[in-house]
Amino acid sequence: MRGTIATMSAGLLAAGLALTPAAAQEDTIKVGVLHSLSGTMAISETTLKDTMLFLIEEQNRKGGLLGKKLEAVVVDPASDWPLFAEKARELLAVNKVAAVFGCWTSVSRKSVLPVFEELNGLLFYPVQYEGEESQRNVFYTGAAPNQQAIPAVDYLMNEEGVERWVLAGTDYVYPQTTNKILQAYLASKGVAPEDIMINYTPFGHSDWQTIVTDIKNFGSAGKKTAVVSTINGDANVPFYKELANQGIKAEDIPVVAFSVGEEELAGIDTGPLVGHLTAWNYFQSVDTSENAEFIAAWKAFIKDDKRVTNDPMEAHYIGFNMWVKAVEKAGTTDPDAVIDAIVGVSVPNLSGGYSAMMPNHHITKPVLIGEIQADGQMETVWETPGLVVGDEWSDYLPDSKDLIADWRAPLSCGNFNVATGKCGGKGIN
Amino acid sequence: MNVLRALGLIFMLVVSPAAHAQADEAALRGIITDFAISKNFRETEQIVRELSATGDPAAARVLTALADGNVAFRKADKAVFIVREQAGKSMLLDPLTGEEAGQAAGGELTKVKVNNGLRRTIREALATLTLASPNPAIRQQAADTMFAAPDPTAIEALDAAIEAEAIPAVKQHMIEARASAVLFSALPEAEKLAAIAIIGERGDRAALSLLAGYQARAEGALKEAATAAISNIQSTLALWNAAQNVWYGISLGSVLLLAAIGLAITFGVMGVINMAHGEMVMLGAYTTFVVQNVIRASYPELFDWSLAIALPLAFLVAGGVGMVMERGLIRFLYGRPLETLLATWGVSLVLQQAVRTIFGPTNREVGNPSWMSGSFDLGQMAITWNRLWIVVFALAVFALLLYVLNRTPWGLQMRAVTQNRRMASSMGIRTPRIDALTFALGSGIAGMAGVALSQVDNVSPDLGQGYIIDSFMVVVFGGVGNLWGTLVGAFSLGILNKFLEPYAGAVLGKILVLVLLILFIQKRPRGLFALRGRAVEA
Repeated sequence: MRGTIATMSAGLLAAGLALTPAAAQEDTIKVGVLHSLSGTMAISETTLKDTMLFLIEEQNRKGGLLGKKLEAVVVDPASDWPLFAEKARELLAVNKVAAVFGCWTSVSRKSVLPVFEELNGLLFYPVQYEGEESQRNVFYTGAAPNQQAIPAVDYLMNEEGVERWVLAGTDYVYPQTTNKILQAYLASKGVAPEDIMINYTPFGHSDWQTIVTDIKNFGSAGKKTAVVSTINGDANVPFYKELANQGIKAEDIPVVAFSVGEEELAGIDTGPLVGHLTAWNYFQSVDTSENAEFIAAWKAFIKDDKRVTNDPMEAHYIGFNMWVKAVEKAGTTDPDAVIDAIVGVSVPNLSGGYSAMMPNHHITKPVLIGEIQADGQMETVWETPGLVVGDEWSDYLPDSKDLIADWRAPLSCGNFNVATGKCGGKGIN
Repeated sequence: MNVLRALGLIFMLVVSPAAHAQADEAALRGIITDFAISKNFRETEQIVRELSATGDPAAARVLTALADGNVAFRKADKAVFIVREQAGKSMLLDPLTGEEAGQAAGGELTKVKVNNGLRRTIREALATLTLASPNPAIRQQAADTMFAAPDPTAIEALDAAIEAEAIPAVKQHMIEARASAVLFSALPEAEKLAAIAIIGERGDRAALSLLAGYQARAEGALKEAATAAISNIQSTLALWNAAQNVWYGISLGSVLLLAAIGLAITFGVMGVINMAHGEMVMLGAYTTFVVQNVIRASYPELFDWSLAIALPLAFLVAGGVGMVMERGLIRFLYGRPLETLLATWGVSLVLQQAVRTIFGPTNREVGNPSWMSGSFDLGQMAITWNRLWIVVFALAVFALLLYVLNRTPWGLQMRAVTQNRRMASSMGIRTPRIDALTFALGSGIAGMAGVALSQVDNVSPDLGQGYIIDSFMVVVFGGVGNLWGTLVGAFSLGILNKFLEPYAGAVLGKILVLVLLILFIQKRPRGLFALRGRAVEA
């Protein structure tokens, strides 16, 4: 028996080296990759597609999974939200993939949810999001608001002494919900409503002159002011350029951003932005041996020495390894068995600790606050002492503070109301 | 070295006797070595305070380097250095004298970390140390820093600096800094009232911020005076804000004009519904990126000229692509607007994906040359250089185009073909050639617009998509086929947008503009300035 396995894995290895997918056709486990490779979101999502190919290749080099090779099935939903649902259906029904890694925007995730529920698939979602959701078939490996936004606000309040807040965001569901949570949180900390300014801008907004002047005006009321930015990827470059040109320095009015990573900064001269903040669960600059190894292997895979790594990539790294471990634990790729097996699975993250999958399908992560450096990297200036558990239903919103999610039997509920003792209420279930 | 010594000398004369004049070098070095054992930002901040308490200008060098994140210590012996990256190596400089002290590989050094709070402390510490700097700009900056961070203990130092200051403008800043320190000191009320008057005179946002902070804790006559000064400043600032809005409107209008002006040719003059117009803009931006890359790699000294070099190249690249498009595709579709629309839409997707494949989906960095960075103050308005140059550039392109269309034989032929193709043809004008050249001209102008827009927007494959709707909006509003209409249309839409934005917000502002535009088109379907031509007849 041991002999056969050895021969088999040797054979698989040989097949992998020879790059002949046909030879292993029957014996592969298919993994779906659902990221936009064209359209507006391609800027962020293409990297995640490459990350998945990279992780799958690494896993195959280690001998695959359950004695079989992994095979990536890549589809392109083209930044078109209904197309996400169609492509998800194609992956699950036609290609029979064991798990899907994908989506970036919340609206794309919302559009595929019914498909995953209907066909009982598995989705690993790697991006920070607004919370207020927990679904049996979805694993949220990005940050919930309490793993990013709230610690960042705490940092500004305690370390920088900020008393006046500008909440600036792009006009869609993630910033709106996050700002709602932050507003409630700030109010609970005794911040007066007139000390909070909320501003929304359309997608891809490029003329920031008025808003930056408004921020300057708002900041000249004798109180320390900071900007909390949930501005979406593409609009950030002109925003930061305008900040730099109008001479707003991080020492005077710091901007903390939740959607700006190493990848987004690659398009800007960061010299004038030194000191502005970002909050994530991972930075490329994190000084651990796991991270150094990951970056070296990634650069070798992508054959580009200048490519950066970022937080959603780490989320995929964690999610993929969790899935692998859960499949090994369950001994099968059957979704129901994996959903049961994955809760409690813990794998190394890249910042030197372990992340675990919680019963609410969110994971534990450290929260890092970083300052932008002149070379476009972040330098960690603060981190949470321990790991933070993702909180799916915010404690600061009145209609979700009584809800919890626990997908273990016997509860098996994504929105259990502890006040009424019933499953159901707000949310999609 | 001499400068430093002179600085020290001035400082000895200036600083209150409480501060040690010229703390001896050994003591300074002793404090600096503590950077190597500092465990967190608080401890580092303590060291910075100790350094500034010595009052020795020699400490300014290491503090400046620390604020820039250029101070590190050697892991082996905990010696602290200023680090300068040079050709991939770390040059070690002495923290006090700045003399070279060897080299180190990256792994041997640990950077002394700084954060915003620390940078602020350093900036304030440096202000007291550089108040007597020989450079007036630095003295003024020091005074402004002290103005924003009032410190009553600095009054004596400021008095001495005001006494020694020869330049009136800098002196004024120092007097204001002194006033702000007086406000937070234990001096009698009369002096504070005078201080409020001085700060009120200054009248900018920094003064407003300072007074607002003071007003919250003041009492009696002082509070009244502060409140009066605040409302005074606010009413002046409100006027400036209106002026600022007009400027922002002009600036937005110039961006719209640049984006639309090429379309005013291809769509306005020729009547081709060119959905790939945005991609011509994008090609221009990518041309700038390539030019800057080559310059960075081979001729770094030419960087400030990169835009000037990119302009003609962008014109040629986008114009060339436009020419190929016209000859290969559009000429077969004249008079069939629906097919043209679909075909050019397809071309735009092809171009986007081609660029995405060649350059990758991520943003590309296009740097601002030094003359396009930063801003200058006009009264209480901050005008950024990049926006100012874009306004100038947009108007220059417009003037050039107007000249070509109205004063050259080529322009004459273009207009003739537009107005009556068959007549022009029978007069001996080679209409297909004019068509190709006109389309190439419009595309080339769009490419040049891309060079300018790369300075304010993302350079990504989607760059063009963001401008296509705005461009059509401007051309249709201004009146199809009329260049002046495009100019007036761009600026009126820009200014309207910027006046709506502060009240309605950016999202609603844009919606309102679109609604108003729809209503306007109902009333005047041919736009502001209607023109007879092929586009109208079609």
